[in-house]
Amino acid sequence: MEKSALYRRRRIVNVICLGISLLAVLFGLFWLVWILWTLLANGLQAIGPSLFTLSTPPPGSEGGLSNAIFGSLLMSLLATLIGTPIGILAGTYVAEYGRRGWLGPTTRFINDILLSAPSIVIGLFVYAVYVANVQHFSGWAGAFALSLIVIPVVLKTTENMLRMVPDTMREAAAALGAPQWIVISSVTLRGARAGIITGIMLAIARISGETAPLLFTALNNQFWSVNMDAPMANLPVVIFQFAMSPYRDWQTLAWGGALLITMSVLTLNILARVLFPQKSTLA
Amino acid sequence: MDTSTNTPQGSSSHAPTAASKITARDLNFFYGTYHALKNINLDIAEKRITAFIGPSGCGKSTLLRVFNRMYDLYPGHYATGKIMMNGNDILDAKQDVIALRARVGMVFQKPTPFPMSIYENIAFGVKLYERLSSGEMDERVEWALRKAALWDETKDKLRQSGLSLSGGQQQRLCIARAVAVKPEVLLLDEPTSALDPISTAKIEELVNELKADYTITIATHNMQQAARVSDYTAYMYLGELIEFDITDKIFINPGRKETEDYITGRFG
Repeated sequence: MEKSALYRRRRIVNVICLGISLLAVLFGLFWLVWILWTLLANGLQAIGPSLFTLSTPPPGSEGGLSNAIFGSLLMSLLATLIGTPIGILAGTYVAEYGRRGWLGPTTRFINDILLSAPSIVIGLFVYAVYVANVQHFSGWAGAFALSLIVIPVVLKTTENMLRMVPDTMREAAAALGAPQWIVISSVTLRGARAGIITGIMLAIARISGETAPLLFTALNNQFWSVNMDAPMANLPVVIFQFAMSPYRDWQTLAWGGALLITMSVLTLNILARVLFPQKSTLA
Repeated sequence: MDTSTNTPQGSSSHAPTAASKITARDLNFFYGTYHALKNINLDIAEKRITAFIGPSGCGKSTLLRVFNRMYDLYPGHYATGKIMMNGNDILDAKQDVIALRARVGMVFQKPTPFPMSIYENIAFGVKLYERLSSGEMDERVEWALRKAALWDETKDKLRQSGLSLSGGQQQRLCIARAVAVKPEVLLLDEPTSALDPISTAKIEELVNELKADYTITIATHNMQQAARVSDYTAYMYLGELIEFDITDKIFINPGRKETEDYITGRFG
């Protein structure tokens, strides 16, 4: 009697917990699907060949987002090229070499602050130290600001992934007479590779939607431009300007841009999952 | 041989009759303030198997990790005393730790294949110290895998990840990897405690064969294993070396009451 009552109680509690978790999942999914739906409903009409071939138009005339797409791609690429090696190397230092002494923990602490710093602060920082000094907005400034967002993300993921490599792996490599740099480069970084690459993908996804840092650095450019030393068009700022405008066709283009960013981030995430499955490659 | 300090010291630390490869004198070890090994004196016989038994935390793994100075990886761990090997004190600050580890190989409790192919797992250590042509490297890999009784199972899949092997195979891969660099001493730190009985039997058989070429020390929880594979057995308790003698003597006629209690299962 006593036992079966306990058993029933356990089953009921289990069902309640399961129900609450399911509700939470559905709640999250609901908003996500709604966002995607809105994006598709409003943005799909803007998607067409001209979106990729024409530059941002004056109100009332036909146009696309080619200059903004190119600018975003170029600045994101440069930011990734600058930020990734620094992030990986610094993350390696913090996780591997920085275990003794104060520099490792301090770097981790500052990096955590940088990681959670509002991106507008980073935009203002680059504005103050670079843009204000050279007296003009530029693609370089934009790429630089974005790279400051990439670095902490890549650093943190690298550190976390390296920490997941068990110390027994380091000991095993050291036991063969491998010096520390070989242990790190051939064994631990290799074991953490999939995770680090996922981190880089996430960093790219993160910067591809950042508006605030670009507003103060690359600003925008109505025309097709490949000059990194001049203001450069980019999707987030164009979306920001066009969506706020009273012009119908600009608003449509803004929706198209938003859909484009969302789709590329989604593709990037799916690619990361397919190419580098998150199964543990460690012992 | 090249060791001259193989005279026995103390009643509880008999020196083996064979030539010694490693001699520890007044060895103490500390994890920070924790005194983990206390005044250890012992001789490890060359090309023999020496087993270390004792309950968890008795210091047997710690002792093995002193022989290749693995503890150097961690701040605050240090050893005092002397450990002579080939006429050098390996605890000397001037000792090249990396060169020492190339001569004193180690296999750990949990199999630790590197995240690379079976072939690369073995070539990894070899490449650190030798420049071999690809043909020579192929030969060395085969030789090491044969030594570890793993060749037949892996010869058709050398390019597959080492992680794709079963636990017992992974452990034999780790032994092959350690053997491939041709060390003089092999430290086996509970090499079979994570394995099933069949894999364990294979590894014990392997250890027996390796004895012809290598000085082997093995730390084990499994007393039957110590009795089966070793020539000499040391019983350790709370960081002290309680008794050290020929394995048969330890198991049939132990000199100390504590040893007898442990091996008969009354304690531990």
